[in-house]
Amino acid sequence: MQTQTQVVPIRTPEQSSGDDIPTVLQPDGTLNEAHDPKLELSEVLDLYKAMVRTRVIDGQLERLQRQGRIGFHIGSLGEEACIIGSAAAMREQDWIFPCYREFGALLWRGFPLQSYVDNMYGNVDDVVQGRQMPDHYTGRPYRFGSVSSPIGTQITQAVGFSWAAMSKGSDEVSSVYFGEGATSSSEFHTGLNFGGVMNSPTIFLCRNNRWAISVPSEKQTASESFAAKGIAYGVPGVQVDGNDVLATYKVVREAVEKAAKGGGPTLIEMLTYRVGGHSTSDDPRAYRVQDEVERWRKTDPILRMKLHLEKIDAWNEEQDEAFKKECEAELKACIKAAEAKEKPPLETMFDGVFAEKPWHLEEQQAELLSGPRAKDHH
Amino acid sequence: MAEMNLVQAINGALASEMRQNNDVVVLGEDVGKVGGVFRVTQGLYDEFGENRVIDTPLAEGGIIGTAVGMALYGLRPVPEIQFADFIFPAFDQIVSEVAKFRYRSGGEYTCPMVIRTPVGGGIRGGHYHSQSPESLFIHTAGLKVVCPSNPYDAKGLLLSAIRDDDPVLFFEPKRVYRAVKAEVPEEDYTIPIGKAKVVREGNDVTVVAWGAMLFEALASATEVAEQGVDAEVIDLRTLWPVDIDSIVESVKKTGRLVIVHEAPKACGFGAELLSLAVEKCFVHLEAPPVRVTGWDTPFPYTLEMEYLPLQHRITPALLETAQYVP
Repeated sequence: MQTQTQVVPIRTPEQSSGDDIPTVLQPDGTLNEAHDPKLELSEVLDLYKAMVRTRVIDGQLERLQRQGRIGFHIGSLGEEACIIGSAAAMREQDWIFPCYREFGALLWRGFPLQSYVDNMYGNVDDVVQGRQMPDHYTGRPYRFGSVSSPIGTQITQAVGFSWAAMSKGSDEVSSVYFGEGATSSSEFHTGLNFGGVMNSPTIFLCRNNRWAISVPSEKQTASESFAAKGIAYGVPGVQVDGNDVLATYKVVREAVEKAAKGGGPTLIEMLTYRVGGHSTSDDPRAYRVQDEVERWRKTDPILRMKLHLEKIDAWNEEQDEAFKKECEAELKACIKAAEAKEKPPLETMFDGVFAEKPWHLEEQQAELLSGPRAKDHH
Repeated sequence: MAEMNLVQAINGALASEMRQNNDVVVLGEDVGKVGGVFRVTQGLYDEFGENRVIDTPLAEGGIIGTAVGMALYGLRPVPEIQFADFIFPAFDQIVSEVAKFRYRSGGEYTCPMVIRTPVGGGIRGGHYHSQSPESLFIHTAGLKVVCPSNPYDAKGLLLSAIRDDDPVLFFEPKRVYRAVKAEVPEEDYTIPIGKAKVVREGNDVTVVAWGAMLFEALASATEVAEQGVDAEVIDLRTLWPVDIDSIVESVKKTGRLVIVHEAPKACGFGAELLSLAVEKCFVHLEAPPVRVTGWDTPFPYTLEMEYLPLQHRITPALLETAQYVP
């Protein structure tokens, strides 16, 4: 991998897989051997399927939100390769600290789809008991963090977490996701600085999807790239074609292996594009031209992978359709089950603020449970 | 038993807990080789090394953010914020993350840590070395807030705080860091979080105070005793969750309440204490409850002794409240 930070300009879609940054999947469906992680075919197919499944779920959840059946969804349309590729590159013992756009990584880790859908509904079986809005999931058994909305707070946390593992003699590495907008936050600078000084085994994963809600990446920084920001902190920064799942896998895996051996953190700028809105609450037609979106669609990470799989006769249209239907059916069953579940009981509102409930929460719980809403609540 | 000041008692408690529990780590600005600007962590670096006593880069948000990660992994971090006035760059981490992890993760993650920070005025420190921001953290669901007044309580409360499974803000009254001395046992002991202490029994008026202002309240209690007013003084010790039973019990006895704190009056913790007292013992009150607090101004430098709720302001409040006739 590149250990020297490359300073290259923010790229257009046509430049997103230039000669100077790692790319594996070529426009003709062949592979660039120089950067190929040389995975088994079954592993490659797993990556592809995970991307397709992520996209199917995105589409369905957006529809559910439009129908008013869930309150919110924040999707990853167009960013599947950088999310799945980077998640797959983490070893079993490693940890993932999410931003809020990485449900694909959560599911890759084995988090049950039913639990994810329960979180979208905030029902009684939601791991976080309906205490957070949709897509704010937690997955500790899957070595996956806990989503919060403030920008960048997870970055310093991943540094402290991975440093703690190192201090105990473990080789666990932590990756942490954030958008390119978060590189403007104090947490990003503090996180990279602390990570550099503490030599923590942290992989800083910047999803440069070009848009922070309505603000384009060129208004986020005057730097030539986001990877370049590592220079100031003594943290190697690299760019990778984030719409190339194999290239992303390779670059992240090498950074993980380096970190696990005491080689310190790496900042990886994954070049991608947010094809959808910021979330279901956003309409990007208000601030960007459709032509730009169409140009990026040509670099679609799923189509690129599919072209390769078809070229080597490992996949065909029929299988593709069948797999999508399978994903849709699986999700439909989860939605049906989630919609049949009760809300969390009223009294759970006061649980888990502290390990033990102090007197004032006991009082307030009693007040709620004897109040007018208690009898109607199931 | 040795006589110690607050700094020595806290230092000793940290060292003792670090010897017993390898997961306890101290981190912050200047906490390592120099032992902190107030020397509270002196000697810890030499005894426990740089992996347990960490001189961090100069960013409070980073100190707390990395401490969160350490706590999530299973360590027991004790981050120091050099002055409470400098805690605000870490406010997002404390309010949005430290305080919320247990709740928002459905209990999968917890964030036990003790954020130690010197608090309060009267040290010629001006606005940025004198403030008392406790009410901001009391207002934040998910945090415990402690403020000992003396070395004995400081050790017992700090050991409780480090062993607590929830995050604790541990405010150290720097005006009395070295001024207050007490016998502190060598052995391990804890003082429960959430328990106040009646430090002077009396029948005529209840005074609630904590930290450095406790001694001003005690001085006023002695002063008014000469005029026949018998004040009961409560050292709150834990601000949140507050020991409401001790306050209610005392107010039911005296019927009169004076609350003293350094922080500004508006939305200061006194406002909550007063509301609770009115809610819980309205019919026992024989006089309007009174707050003697810092003014609603920035903390001043030259006139700091006119800003603080010192004895000269507490005494008349006690007399007026005790002698109030409707």
